[in-house]
Amino acid sequence: MSKKLLSGPYVLWMIGFTIIPLALILYYGLTDRSGAFTLANIMAIATAEHAKALWLSLGLSLASTICCLLLAYPLAMVLRAKGVGAGSFIVFIFILPMWMNFLLRTLAWQTLLEKSGVINGFLALLHLPPQNMINTPAAIILGMVYNFLPFMVLPIYNVLSKIDDNTINAATDLGASSLQTFWHILLPLSVPGIISGINMVFVPALTTFVISNLLGGSKILLIGNVIEQEFTKGSNWHLGSGLSLVLMIFILISMALIAKYDKNGEGNAF
Amino acid sequence: MHQPLIDLQHISKSFDGTMVLDDLSLTVKENSFVTLLGPSGCGKTTTLRIIGGFESPDTGSVIFDGQEITHLPPNKRQLNTVFQKYALFTHMTIADNIAFGLKIKNKPKSYIQDKIKYALKLVNLDGYENRSVDSLSGGQQQRIAIARAIVNEPRLLLLDEPLGALDLKLRQDMQYELIRLKNELGITFIYVTHDQEEALTMSDTIVVMNQGYIQQMGSPESIYNEPENAFVADFIGDSNIVPGIMLRDELVEIFGAKFACVDKGFGTNRPVDVVIRPEDIDLVAPGQGALSGIVTHLIFKGVHYEMEVTTPDGFEWLVHSTDLFPVGRQVDIHVDPFDIQIMNKPASEDEEAMGVNE
Ligand SMILES: Nc1ncnc2c1ncn2[C@@H]1O[C@H](COP(=O)(O)OP(=O)(O)OP(=O)(O)O)[C@@H](O)[C@H]1O
Ligand SMILES: [Mg+2]
Repeated sequence: MSKKLLSGPYVLWMIGFTIIPLALILYYGLTDRSGAFTLANIMAIATAEHAKALWLSLGLSLASTICCLLLAYPLAMVLRAKGVGAGSFIVFIFILPMWMNFLLRTLAWQTLLEKSGVINGFLALLHLPPQNMINTPAAIILGMVYNFLPFMVLPIYNVLSKIDDNTINAATDLGASSLQTFWHILLPLSVPGIISGINMVFVPALTTFVISNLLGGSKILLIGNVIEQEFTKGSNWHLGSGLSLVLMIFILISMALIAKYDKNGEGNAF
Repeated sequence: MHQPLIDLQHISKSFDGTMVLDDLSLTVKENSFVTLLGPSGCGKTTTLRIIGGFESPDTGSVIFDGQEITHLPPNKRQLNTVFQKYALFTHMTIADNIAFGLKIKNKPKSYIQDKIKYALKLVNLDGYENRSVDSLSGGQQQRIAIARAIVNEPRLLLLDEPLGALDLKLRQDMQYELIRLKNELGITFIYVTHDQEEALTMSDTIVVMNQGYIQQMGSPESIYNEPENAFVADFIGDSNIVPGIMLRDELVEIFGAKFACVDKGFGTNRPVDVVIRPEDIDLVAPGQGALSGIVTHLIFKGVHYEMEVTTPDGFEWLVHSTDLFPVGRQVDIHVDPFDIQIMNKPASEDEEAMGVNE
């Protein structure tokens, strides 16, 4: 009885902010303006413009997830090696920029990368030709990596820091070189952290529209931008919801793939 | 004579300015079972880590079978370690754990399979190949950790309090297992514990350490029966340590009473420390012993009674006896000469830490 009472607020929260919105999106996505059932909003993904946006989104999110992983793993290793005191200080330094507003951080990159921005100004001082950096896929990847890197570092650091030093010592004691120890012990043991890091970077990267708006300009449309525009400028909630549903399916597929890999990955060190 | 398998020469090690090992020298003969025994923080693990290669000494050298290995990394040393908390690889099956060292050395598959079978049999866990680490009890995990080490046929096995986390019954069983393993395999063991009973049961040589110094080294019997200083006497078993005066050879005065002993060479009228084990004190009728006192405490311990006898000077003697003397009984203390152990008094704190050796 009291347990039920305690869970009340959470149930209300879930209903109000998860279930109802999801149901609404489902409703809008599967109906037209007159309220009749249709699959047209979903099928709209097949149009050249939408499909291109989706593939581009998948590509850029994948690229930035890989960049994050490649940057985060060594960083997490360094953090682990630093020991508790210094380690948590570095983690703190690392989290510090996250206290700054997400929009501000991305805007800062915009002013850095702009045609007449800080970096090009600096290049001009050195009599170097200006670089075209803003409004490129690379700029979007940079923005994604910058914003989402901590979400990769923290879960990996978390699993690495839980690995006992003596587990690593035991591997060296049994004759393994540092590379073999990394490959057979550290890496397999940190798979859960890598998986959750990938999830925490890939999903927001796939759905973002702010980063692509600010760093990709109007030239590069990601699926997030398309959906956003349907809701704001196009006022076509039905098409927007339909495309959201497609995106959701992609997210679910990627999470399922990752979960499956996680299961297979366990216990197969050699 | 054989050259020693391990020869630690003048090893010193300090952490953040604190001396942990101070000029420690130790030799270990092939095929012996050497136990490092001492209180927490005395440098046992550090000594083991220096032998294993996980720590390098500030000064001094480590010689393995005649070869200097002081700066050789752990994966190049012909020895293996069993860590205190087992340190098994939780993402691998038991078989993969045991096979790890052999796979690293690229041994043939059939050889590895045979070795896994053999090792599991040796530690009484046949058929556990495909179990996961988490599904094993603490004692079983410990045995896997030992199996994982011995399949590599090391010449020397380092064990850091391998039984520390086990309950008493299991610990005693494992003690016998380890002795059996050692005899079957003919590997040299260096074993770390702070449990004196474990050390007395298992080792053929005990190294008693305190504050980074070796206090005494010898067979369990000699350590127990002839402790060289008050620290060893106090640390190994229960004992009565009392101040005395060596009147002359073979005669010592304790609290004004004269006791015959067997020690010589301390000079005359020299202050000394006297060690008498509780089981070596005979309680006799008043007037028949050297010192008289009164029983002030009595506990039944199963095999014997533990009593406290207070003498007029206020000292409480610990006495173990199978005969019961009730509280309040007036008794005399008698000690046979060869049960009295005389030690030099340490002149200073520093000397006390180092252990005074004649
Ligand atoms: N890596 C290190 N950094 C700083 N101090 C250390 C380090 N390793 C050991 N010490 C210190 O050295 C001293 C001896 O440590 P050691 O681990 O050798 O003790 P021990 O005899 O094994 O004790 P225990 O029975 O508690 O395991 C301790 O005071 C410990 O705090
Ligand atoms: Mg220790």
